[in-house]
Amino acid sequence: MSLASPFSHGGAPRIALVGNPNCGKTALFNALTGSRQKVANYAGVTVERKEGSFTTPGGHRVQVLDLPGTYSLRARSPDEEVTRDVVLGRFRGEAEPDLLVCVADATNLRLVLRLVLELKMVGRPLLLALNMFDIAKHRGIEIDVDRLSAELGVPVVPTVAVRRAGTVDLLKRIDAAAEGLEVVAPGTGNTWHEPSAEEVRATHREAERIIKLAVRPPTRPDTWTTRLDTVLLNPVAGLLILLTILFFMFQAVFTWAQPVMDGIKAGFDGLSAWINGTLPDGLLRSLITDGVIAGVGSVVVFLPQIVILFTFIILLEDFGYMPRAAFLMDKIMGGAGLHGRAFIPLLSSFACAIPGIMATRVIDNRRDRLATIMVAPLMTCSARIPVYTLIISAFVPDRTVGGAFSLQGLVMFGLYAAGILSALLVAFVMRRLVWRGTVEPFLMELPAYKVPDAKNLVMGVWTRAKAFLQRAGTTILSIMILIWFLSSFPGAPEGATDPAIDYSIAGMVGHWLQPLVAPIGFNWQMTVALIPGMAAREVAVAALGTVYAVGGGEENVSALMDTLGHSWSLATALSFLAWYVFAPQCASTLGVVRRETNSLKWPIIMFVYMTTLAYLASLATYHIAASLGWA
Amino acid sequence: MHISSRPAAAPAVPDTGRTTLPADARPLSRAAKGEVGRVVRVGLDGVIHDSLNPEELERRLLEIGFVEGARVEILHEGLFGRDPIAVRVDDMRVALRRREAEAILITRWQPDGASPAGAALHVIAEDTRP
Ligand SMILES: Nc1nc2c(ncn2[C@@H]2O[C@H](COP(=O)(O)OP(=O)(O)OP(=O)(O)O)[C@@H](O)[C@H]2O)c(=O)[nH]1
Ligand SMILES: [Mg+2]
Repeated sequence: MSLASPFSHGGAPRIALVGNPNCGKTALFNALTGSRQKVANYAGVTVERKEGSFTTPGGHRVQVLDLPGTYSLRARSPDEEVTRDVVLGRFRGEAEPDLLVCVADATNLRLVLRLVLELKMVGRPLLLALNMFDIAKHRGIEIDVDRLSAELGVPVVPTVAVRRAGTVDLLKRIDAAAEGLEVVAPGTGNTWHEPSAEEVRATHREAERIIKLAVRPPTRPDTWTTRLDTVLLNPVAGLLILLTILFFMFQAVFTWAQPVMDGIKAGFDGLSAWINGTLPDGLLRSLITDGVIAGVGSVVVFLPQIVILFTFIILLEDFGYMPRAAFLMDKIMGGAGLHGRAFIPLLSSFACAIPGIMATRVIDNRRDRLATIMVAPLMTCSARIPVYTLIISAFVPDRTVGGAFSLQGLVMFGLYAAGILSALLVAFVMRRLVWRGTVEPFLMELPAYKVPDAKNLVMGVWTRAKAFLQRAGTTILSIMILIWFLSSFPGAPEGATDPAIDYSIAGMVGHWLQPLVAPIGFNWQMTVALIPGMAAREVAVAALGTVYAVGGGEENVSALMDTLGHSWSLATALSFLAWYVFAPQCASTLGVVRRETNSLKWPIIMFVYMTTLAYLASLATYHIAASLGWA
Repeated sequence: MHISSRPAAAPAVPDTGRTTLPADARPLSRAAKGEVGRVVRVGLDGVIHDSLNPEELERRLLEIGFVEGARVEILHEGLFGRDPIAVRVDDMRVALRRREAEAILITRWQPDGASPAGAALHVIAEDTRP
């Protein structure tokens, strides 16, 4: 009996969730542990091993591991290697999991049954969770669970990961197993080896045989996906729709956010007015209004835009549109020498380059993966939104062109386009000129469309908004206090004629470094903002807010835009935008590149090439603009 | 990248119709939108393909469902050079480039399913069409 109970070793048992991509492993992990790991409707969402734990209804403490999806233990890419290593007990010296729960998409059993047969060879206690059982029922797919279990030699439980009661049966099984009952396939010896093509065929035939015995095809098949794809994957209409979606998204980021942003701005302005009225003039008042409110406040006002952007991205991801977009873009990406699977990481980089860079783990070829990592930060991430919006609002007139489009939104779209084009160009240089080599295959499942889940959307947006505010409240706040200090001390000497800030440390450093950036039209205040802006792009906006507030006494958030409008030329503003299209102004991104490539070389190359491009782009922009008389 | 150390030659045991190809067998890469076929062979039998080691390509295609007997239907084509293609493989949809589709030989689909794997799949696949 001791062999039958997988949990006989005394410690908290460890369960690993294994399965094909997109079958709901993470949804199940979240349902069991109450975590909020990212769930979305495309293959390759999870690229790391995630650990969680929970207590079963029977009072047993259990550890769960969520793993990247795979079609075989024969790992081909870094994410699949994680799954293979965890399952085989090779992961950083960790022991094998006590129980493998193979998660299956009940509406698409063929490939996962083949995987189950492969997993049996690993010889660990095994259980099959037939997930998405709700959809299978809805489509009238009839699964003879007992027969399936008998033929596979593996116990089977239906689950619905996205419903509250959907994991009851699974929990009962786990409890029973913990009490030593024979409810999971017992462990045997490990006989797994990399299957050859012939062995893959043999397991396919066996899976096919079992399906014929235990599964009756759908009576109400999913015709929606077919119908939608007719339009969304149409060669011409599909591409136009993709462009329209992106275009609409950036217009919305601009126009919809405005009223809420105005509200937040007014709130901050009211707050500083109140503080000005309450506190006596002095250092404390300056710290709060110039340092904290003008600095942090100028970043927080961009929250609505971040929320809108993430709402769009999460909706597209949940709906199942991402793989379609990758399909439509494949030829263009391939032309630039990028791997077909590079599209989704790059699209995620619109949110933030960090998850984008992590998502490149699904790319098997090292050079393809590196090329994608190197261009990911060129995609316009959400941290650039504050910078872009501030400058656009200050310099681009707020009017409508062509009847319906906001001119400001159009400029924003242009900046996004500049980022995408430069990413394709850099990739082209890397993959077509420097590293000419084999072309990797593009093989990707196109999942059925799903109606986005409201709870998932709200949770996802909330998580992002919270992270944004937390950063404003910690990193940005502390940097702003430092900048306020550096811009306020030492004070002006007796009888000084220049503004006090010119005598401060920040003023001196800014003036001292300014010759370096004079050719690209930057003034010393911008220089001061660029340095802390290395921590994160939006810090530059906060720093400008503080520097101008300390320098000019304009201590409210709305004033920053007006101040810039007066004190910068259009050429300088455009040059600043060009700088931010390219500049590697994000320490965390460089850190992730170091971790993911496991070397210092790549972050250094990234820093150097991006700074060079930024400088050259700003130089060209400034001089072209100046020659047009905009200086 | 990890590639199997096995030689890239054809497997030792010829199987799954490797010796008897139907006369009308042709690569999936030449099929047009709307065409329906049955997979008769996967793999290039040692032919050097410009993307991957052929044995590796063969296993990847097998693992994602392109296996002898499967029903395939070209659902969509890309705009440029009609590439990539979206294919229904039994009851799932897969996107791939024509370059890789070259390694999949198909024959015209016979509704009665000449292959052992074909018959049951056929019902599902037919039903799933609008
Ligand atoms: N209706 C329904 N939808 C589900 C169920 N389980 C998961 N989903 C949805 O299926 C999609 C994929 O879920 P994930 O949990 O991200 O899948 P995964 O297996 O972790 O995917 P990878 O990490 O990419 O391997 C999401 O859109 C989920 O909302 C279920 O039981 N019922
Ligand atoms: Mg996952």
